Amino acid sequence: MKKILFDRIDEPGLNTLSVYERRGGYDALRKALGMDREQVVEELLTSGIRGRGGAGFQMGKKVSFLPKGDMDKFLVCNADESEPGTFKDRELMQKSPHMLIEGIIIAAYAGGIDHSFIYIRGEYEYQADILDAAIEEARAAGYIGERILDSDFSLSVVLHRGAGAYICGEETGLLDSLEGKRGNPRLKPPFPAVEGLYDSPTLINNVETLSTVPHIIRMGGAEYAKIGTETSTGTKLLSVSGDVKRPGNYEIELGIPSRQIIYELAGGPLDGRQIKLWFPGGSSAPVLTADDLDIPYDFDSLAKAGSMLGSGAIIVVDDSHSVLEVAMKLAKFYAHESCGKCVPCREGTNWTVKMLERIDSGEATPMDLEIMSSVQEQIIGNCLCVLGDAMAMPIGSMIDKYRPELEAHIEAARERAGSGALADVVALGVADEHAGPMPVH
Amino acid sequence: MSPFRSRAATPAPPPAPEPSDWDTPQLPSVPRYEHGSRVPGWDDAVDLTKDPAVIPDPASTPVPEGMRKTIEAAMARYPDRHSASIPALHAAQAEHGWCSPEAIDQVAAVMQVTPAYLTSVATFYDMLVTHPKGRHDVFVCTNISCSLRGADELYEAMNVAAEDDPEITVRSFECLGACDLAPMASVNGEYVGPLEPADAKRIVEDLQAGRPVLEAKQLRKRPSADPEARGA
Repeated sequence: MKKILFDRIDEPGLNTLSVYERRGGYDALRKALGMDREQVVEELLTSGIRGRGGAGFQMGKKVSFLPKGDMDKFLVCNADESEPGTFKDRELMQKSPHMLIEGIIIAAYAGGIDHSFIYIRGEYEYQADILDAAIEEARAAGYIGERILDSDFSLSVVLHRGAGAYICGEETGLLDSLEGKRGNPRLKPPFPAVEGLYDSPTLINNVETLSTVPHIIRMGGAEYAKIGTETSTGTKLLSVSGDVKRPGNYEIELGIPSRQIIYELAGGPLDGRQIKLWFPGGSSAPVLTADDLDIPYDFDSLAKAGSMLGSGAIIVVDDSHSVLEVAMKLAKFYAHESCGKCVPCREGTNWTVKMLERIDSGEATPMDLEIMSSVQEQIIGNCLCVLGDAMAMPIGSMIDKYRPELEAHIEAARERAGSGALADVVALGVADEHAGPMPVH
Repeated sequence: MSPFRSRAATPAPPPAPEPSDWDTPQLPSVPRYEHGSRVPGWDDAVDLTKDPAVIPDPASTPVPEGMRKTIEAAMARYPDRHSASIPALHAAQAEHGWCSPEAIDQVAAVMQVTPAYLTSVATFYDMLVTHPKGRHDVFVCTNISCSLRGADELYEAMNVAAEDDPEITVRSFECLGACDLAPMASVNGEYVGPLEPADAKRIVEDLQAGRPVLEAKQLRKRPSADPEARGA
């Protein structure tokens, strides 16, 4: 398949302006500046490109939602890549920073925006240094600043380094963090397109989405839409990790079978191992089993299978790991990263950790699984942002799909801890379906 | 059979203790914190009689010149000076080693905000540290992809290797965005991986000798995994 974002990505010096320009860099910007703003938005809409950050919202629509008129408008590039299992933006920014900058300039032009920020996670120090240098080069060459390429369009680009918080990948948490506060998500609506950074209309897009913009302008939206499937157009960078032979970033055409990605590109499971479960779109996606490997990898097919494409991070877990171990890692992560603003998320994530620990220490009964399921249900949709949902969905799906294994784990742990055989507890009626929770001593 | 029925058969609970007894915990088996509660409460007690700290007076708060320049440059980049709080705290941490009360006072004096505001920011973010730490940071990623490949053993080994050197602070960190290197660590910001527990000793030696850390395993030297994406 022809690579678009990853086309000769390892070419030495691609992070410098001279190599990028030699390869036709910033030609798309020239083309865009020769078009009307509405035409550029039209191309983005025609391309059908959906956001590559996690939610999968159409980028063209997002741009068209921005109010017209003379006011402060901002573009924020979300480079706070912190979804576990995701590392595609890191490679893009490190190896081809000018592609992102060109995309930002074109998107800002389309939205009539004159200030932009790149919010990069604080841990990506090396990538941030590269971006800083690239921004400086682009400014010196006249691609950023006042009256870009002699047009009447001006744009500033500022790189902002975060300081380590998963929640700042959530768009409104990111905005609060960029305003210098704790990264607590905001109530929506108003959406950022209406009231975002400094209470002004704000366009927020992921690194990969913005990096694709120059290619859409270069090829034309209609041509780009021919790649992939009807509702999932284009190519996608996938970060494959976990128990596979060749973990790494791969660019695929949306709609190819998931099996091909895991077995052909990433080399399949380690020798002598079987795939037990996999996350198709980062650790926040409901898990899929080995039976689901033939699902085409695109937004709608994965949604139909009860999961999601998310950030495009495939995490493969093989049969040497227990489901409980995976669930525990996840729950602890979300409990640590919950910002604490909404009660269902703050309490739900912490209680899920405690309930999983009970399973491991032999105090649990199968009823704990019911309670845990109900906790997950209570989190979903009840918070300002989806961090809590991001734990509730995979944990809920693990309880659904791996219940026998978890029950066996409960029984084995009880035996280990000498907590009494489960049969006796069940005889007491504790596992009765109408039973409420046991009083906590 | 319902548990409610079985519970009805149990004897009635003893009468509630007299109010005067409520101060002393009746259940010795429940672990309690020093202050008698089962919830931990705050780590550091706050003196409620004190007035809140006000914005420090720049005239009486000396600030290192380099740090002041960095913070002022950061403030100039944004429409609102508050946006510079994270870059400013990064600068203070680089200068002082951690976000100490003095460091926060200095930032507050330059930015003209209250120390409490900056403390609220510093305590939110994992990379800003409000207690003393070593000069070198080793973040071992122990999130899902890395732990599947043995990050917990690596973290153990890293702790053992660095236990005698107070200048090296080892922390387990949430996903650092380098699962292709799993298990990996960020050593003073340099991503290295995939690591074996045996690499821990070498990391400590490299840090102590002031050498680049594990040069062969640095992320910046790693080619793309996608075979078709390579080629010059």
